[in-house]
Amino acid sequence: MPNILVVEDSPTMRQLISFAMKRISNSRVIEATDGVDALKKLSSDKIDLILCDINMPVMDGLKLVSLVRSNPSFKDIPIIMVTTEGAEEDRKRALSIGANAYLPKPIQTQELIRLVNTYLPDSAD
Amino acid sequence: MDKEAGISNKAEEFIQMFKKGEEFTKEILRENEKLRFRVAQLEGAVERSGDETRTKLYEERIRLLELELSTIREKFSQVEEENKDFASKYIEVEEENNNLANLYVASYQLHSTLDFSEVLRIVVEIVINLIGAERFVVMLIDDKTNELVSVATEGLQASEAPRIRIGEGTIGKVTKDGESYFAEDLSAINKFNPLEPIVCIPLKIKEHVIGAIVIYKLLTQKAGFNNVDYELFNLLAGHAATAIFSSRLYTQSERKLTTIQGFLDLLKEKPKR
Repeated sequence: MPNILVVEDSPTMRQLISFAMKRISNSRVIEATDGVDALKKLSSDKIDLILCDINMPVMDGLKLVSLVRSNPSFKDIPIIMVTTEGAEEDRKRALSIGANAYLPKPIQTQELIRLVNTYLPDSAD
Repeated sequence: MDKEAGISNKAEEFIQMFKKGEEFTKEILRENEKLRFRVAQLEGAVERSGDETRTKLYEERIRLLELELSTIREKFSQVEEENKDFASKYIEVEEENNNLANLYVASYQLHSTLDFSEVLRIVVEIVINLIGAERFVVMLIDDKTNELVSVATEGLQASEAPRIRIGEGTIGKVTKDGESYFAEDLSAINKFNPLEPIVCIPLKIKEHVIGAIVIYKLLTQKAGFNNVDYELFNLLAGHAATAIFSSRLYTQSERKLTTIQGFLDLLKEKPKR
């Protein structure tokens, strides 16, 4: 059963993404409201993929990506950024610090599901 | 001498008989040969007639198989067409499903609280995340002044949001008529003008307008609006209005209740003096 960590400060977006993830068989969504909360969830649960916003209080998404990539226990977890920042430089920056994919909001659910299926490790099924 | 002549005659007779026998045997052999030839001919004829029947049978079978093949091919192309049709319908259903999920989540969130400021935050979240707006303002009608005043903003300062009289300009007209406004060319409006939005949605409870959502700019990656956006606008027009209105009433009544409770507490304390 793949565990997907949704890091997003907006409850509306968290619910929307959780809804979309229900289409991925057997997946389980774990929600975090910011980067710090996400780090706690990473320590307590086995996470197979992270869906992460950029603009969040306490700790933003880019800082979280850097910390995840520098931690040997989490460094291989695929990370998909889901953000309102649609500029090319924002995309390049996120990918350069270790994000695997970048999906600007408003999200197209099919595209989100396709990306998650692409990056979800086979062993997580 | 007679005896010798008799033996010679008998020998001659015997030779003649032998020759006749030889002739007869030869004749029988010839006849046999002819019969064999005839049998062979007949056998050949029988075989040939068998081949023709079989050929006819094969030909008939080929004809039937070809007919079957063309029917199968026809059915296959029909199934292929149906398949394509199902695939496109599946995509449509998926899209509709996703749109409904968006609408459900928006509606669920809007009615998830009675806290006025939280409802406003949810409206802002929906407009940013689901519609893809970068700069906008949520305005409500001030009953005392009959003006639209800003209650929440995104991408602009509260001070930049205008106060608008009902019926005045694009925003005032939307509030007066209760009809949404969409600028024809979204890309044409580049410079921010608080009186010139690209979208203005009235917040309506049935026919009673309580305010408006005024959008000035979309996110860079959002090129235009699609069907679900219009559905969301309709949903916002109704559900956001109801949620804002009821939460405002609730918050006001809560405030009044606290005040009254304070008075009651004061009155209860009075006899102690």
